[in-house]
Amino acid sequence: MRIGLVCPYAWDVPGGVQAHILDLAETLLEMGHEVSVLTPAEEPDQLPAYAVYGGRPRAVPYNGSVARLTMGVQATNRVRRWIRDGEFDVVHVHEPLAPSLSLLACWVGRGPIVATWHSSVERSRALAVGYYIAQTAMEKVVARIAVSEHARRTLVDHIGGDAVLIPNGVRVDDFSEATPLCAWPGPRILFLGRATESRKGFEVLAGALDQLFRDHPALGLVVVGPATEDEVLSTIDPQWHDRVDVLGRLSDHDKARVLRSVDVYVAPNTGGESFGIVLLEAMAARVPVLASDLPAFTQVLDQGRAGMSFAVGDSSSLAEGVSRLLADPALRQSMAVEGERRARHFDWSRIAREVVDVYESVAVSGETVQVDLRGQLVGRLARRSSTGSE
Amino acid sequence: MSAATVGIIVALVFFALFVALYLSMTAGRLDRLHKRIDSAESALDLHLARRCAIVIEVVSSGLVDPATSTVLLDAAHAARDAAGSEGAQHDVDRWLAESSLSQTLVEVFDDPLEMEAAVEIPGATELLASLDGACRRVELSRRFLNDGVRACRQVRRQGMVRWFRLAGRTPWPATVEMDDTPPSGLRV
Repeated sequence: MRIGLVCPYAWDVPGGVQAHILDLAETLLEMGHEVSVLTPAEEPDQLPAYAVYGGRPRAVPYNGSVARLTMGVQATNRVRRWIRDGEFDVVHVHEPLAPSLSLLACWVGRGPIVATWHSSVERSRALAVGYYIAQTAMEKVVARIAVSEHARRTLVDHIGGDAVLIPNGVRVDDFSEATPLCAWPGPRILFLGRATESRKGFEVLAGALDQLFRDHPALGLVVVGPATEDEVLSTIDPQWHDRVDVLGRLSDHDKARVLRSVDVYVAPNTGGESFGIVLLEAMAARVPVLASDLPAFTQVLDQGRAGMSFAVGDSSSLAEGVSRLLADPALRQSMAVEGERRARHFDWSRIAREVVDVYESVAVSGETVQVDLRGQLVGRLARRSSTGSE
Repeated sequence: MSAATVGIIVALVFFALFVALYLSMTAGRLDRLHKRIDSAESALDLHLARRCAIVIEVVSSGLVDPATSTVLLDAAHAARDAAGSEGAQHDVDRWLAESSLSQTLVEVFDDPLEMEAAVEIPGATELLASLDGACRRVELSRRFLNDGVRACRQVRRQGMVRWFRLAGRTPWPATVEMDDTPPSGLRV
């Protein structure tokens, strides 16, 4: 199949949606499909071969924060050209309500258009108004996908109708086959993420360290994420500083290698997670996971079968969980095995097959996605100018 | 003509233009929604036909025992006949026949253990995977069809659309109600 994917956010800025599209595109290519990704980018020269530059992202205030989005006449023309030249069997837009390339693609295209909703947002005025404006464009979406129950709720609340649930994927082999980074002298627990952001729950872990370090003399903590060493150590008692390694921000590849060399991964998040992709990455690397009992996390952990939970925000419950895991190698082993089995359930090869099922169920009559010019005055004018310029 | 009359005429002309523009855009939107339903209907037709064909292929491959074969063939032929039939009862009969084919498939292929026994036959895995894909696509395409019907009905209920008969003679769109639960034992 010829598949066109549309990314609303800048390709070279790290983000969940971008990572999702990258993995989906590469898996589809491996499956033998033809894939083109239209995306904004800061550095158009750095894009991979299958990506097409869709314009520069601009920082605009939207929905209470500053978002980096791509819009305007030039961007619209680029989308139009991409659709006309691509002759796609299916165009798959991501986050279609973000006022960026995805929305533009719905607006200028017609035919088999699939859309995936990623984020969960509370009912908001901006979205309600935005939806009213985008309604015509949204009506062209023939198949809707949501990556989580929360994202599906958002869609149902704002737009009505329903969506197919297809979760996020993880490239299991990238993690399970990574070579360990190093052999630490004693057991190590790992924290991943921005330690300074309160909803990541680093304070909860820091509160458990006194007891853990006293009970386990060889134990150490590894911190990976954008926070600096000073920021991390300022929350920890100085007597333990030599038992904490702060590695800073790492590439995906190095992150996989760190995961392969630690003994327990702790996810003390206190909220704001709609899926928990990091948990899957740790499970794919065969690291036992201890996570707070947020609904999204227990769901990923298969209700405790593939990992352990502790009461959210409770440091002593966390310490108890770590001690239990450290004391029982057989439990760690069985959790690693169960975890990897569970992660395989979310492997991209499997997830991408479900996505292709959706493509096949809308693209059958051999029609491709075309540029839509009917019913729009602006469109008719554009047709005159675009046919004139060729 | 006084300035006031000119003003009123200009205002009326603008109002008429505005109404015309709105009607033209809504008509375009409605046309697009009807096209979307048409495509979705032909997609569903195609996937139902494919499912039926694969069921018959499964039977002829000797993958299942004679008793199961009889049941599957009966359901598949009933679905195929109902799809080709004419008359007022056509839709009701057709969705009933497709639903009972779905239910038969669930009864036969819901047990993964049963499948493990079958995979030793050469070509079985591919055949069962394609049956699984076909069942899932039936489920998805029906869902997307009904989504389109719902969106279309929403527009057709609007006052302006009814007063100006923007939908023309296109019949009121109908959702498809049938049991399309795919058997759970096929995806390994």
